[in-house]
Amino acid sequence: MSDEDAWLDGNAMAGLLDEVFETEMTTAVHVCRSCATSSAVGAHRAYRSAGTVLRCPACGDVALRITELTDRHIVHLTGAWRIEMPRR
Amino acid sequence: MSPISRGFRGRRRPVDPGRVPPGQYVVDDFPVLSAGPTPHTPTDEWSLTIAGAVGEARSWTWDEFLALPAETVTTDIHCVTKWSKLGTTWRGVSLDFLLEQVGTTADYLTAWSDGDYTTNLALEDVTDGRAWVAHLFDGEPLEPEHGGPARLLVPHLYFWKSAKWVRGITFTEEDEPGFWEAAGYHNHGDPWKEQRFWND
Amino acid sequence: MEGAALLERLRIRRAITWRTATVASIADETARARTIVLDVPDWPGHVAGQHLDVRLTAEDGYQAQRSYSIATAPEDPRIALTVERLEDGEVSSYLAGDLRPGDEFEIRGPIGGHFTWSVEDGGPLLLAGGGSGLVPLMAMLRHRAARESTVDTRLLVSAGRWDEVFYRDELSALAAGDGLVTRYTLTREQPQGWTGDSRRVDADMLAALGPAPRDAPRVFVCGPTAFVETVADALVGLGHAPGAIHAERFGPTGG
Repeated sequence: MSDEDAWLDGNAMAGLLDEVFETEMTTAVHVCRSCATSSAVGAHRAYRSAGTVLRCPACGDVALRITELTDRHIVHLTGAWRIEMPRR
Repeated sequence: MSPISRGFRGRRRPVDPGRVPPGQYVVDDFPVLSAGPTPHTPTDEWSLTIAGAVGEARSWTWDEFLALPAETVTTDIHCVTKWSKLGTTWRGVSLDFLLEQVGTTADYLTAWSDGDYTTNLALEDVTDGRAWVAHLFDGEPLEPEHGGPARLLVPHLYFWKSAKWVRGITFTEEDEPGFWEAAGYHNHGDPWKEQRFWND
Repeated sequence: MEGAALLERLRIRRAITWRTATVASIADETARARTIVLDVPDWPGHVAGQHLDVRLTAEDGYQAQRSYSIATAPEDPRIALTVERLEDGEVSSYLAGDLRPGDEFEIRGPIGGHFTWSVEDGGPLLLAGGGSGLVPLMAMLRHRAARESTVDTRLLVSAGRWDEVFYRDELSALAAGDGLVTRYTLTREQPQGWTGDSRRVDADMLAALGPAPRDAPRVFVCGPTAFVETVADALVGLGHAPGAIHAERFGPTGG
């Protein structure tokens, strides 16, 4: 496996993010705390190992971290986020 | 519980339950999993630093590190994502030796790596022949995707504790959860007690 | 289901989480691909272009997960996936190989908001599919047919060989109807007497297919990453607005 294969674009995480946030997340916007670049989740780089890590496409800093436990998800968010959640 | 998909086996082989911790399956390849891009630190820019609550902080360049006494270790490794790889062979410098060079009475340490990865360990988990800084895998230089030039090797715990691309160990008076520990993984991580998550 | 009612139903979002799907039937599409029809209790409905995450669990607890586009139109009461066996693909070789009716696996979905099309969204449409990338586009075409839409639609299908193209007969039948123009390019091998294209997709092929940028088509491109990048770049080069191009890349997530 080459390094090119190590990451997926954020759209590949659509199912997990949808499940956790109960809304379409790929168009949510994140402003990076390190470099202030504003990017859609779908443009971020996603890494899956012990958990899922989403990184800023400009500088690589961690934007979001999700760990899947048996009974819950644990989510860490950094930077500024704009997420739209339709009312039910 | 997930339903079993009849007939689905993926690419693994059957397991000896006495050899493999609960909930693990055995693989013959060596999966590459990472929380971020692979660093590619050239060895002429590499150093290993042991500092923090130590008597005397020490740092070694790559050439100095290679000149240290090393051991060959054959061990099983267990990833919290459930794969285990049996009989892996490594060569590296024992943490016992490195600790003798600095002296410490601290109970905890944080290993830190190129990239932003950290993991925390108790002193007792890296002494008495249980931990190394490894630079050879299967007799060959450790590849970057597997943590090269050098990684921490603590095989009695889940493999997220064996920090890839290790560059330093900082001893601390307090236990400070690292990258995955702070994200919900177990602080200790004993695979035989299936200590995967913080509430296990 | 009427379009407006369907959209309303989708607005009332249900939590998306893993559920058990049972295989109702399996049919061959090509030598390497099969269409799998699923029973999913309380299926909330979907929009053409959406996909499912599929998770398989082995007896020793090993799990593997992949994403597959939904092949059926929202109007179809069945949910179906078309899966092609990839060499060395542990999931695809199971789904398009050993899988039998009655088998179970988990699905999560429907997923995806940006790569979707409903008749209400209007056209004209420019659809480009490489290999398995044709699947979500087929859901859109089936939806278009179910709603008896005649919106101007141009479809480009890229495959290695003619016998690797999914849904060949159905596409021929659809193309005989109103407003759909289909163009094939077979990049590795062509049947005798082939009059279609035989090279990788390029700007000339896309320009010849249309619609022109001034007609402001909605563009949906799906397939391997290299295919999608090539097509998207070529379309932007021809003058299509980047914002009108919806892309779904089948990246190196394994098979």
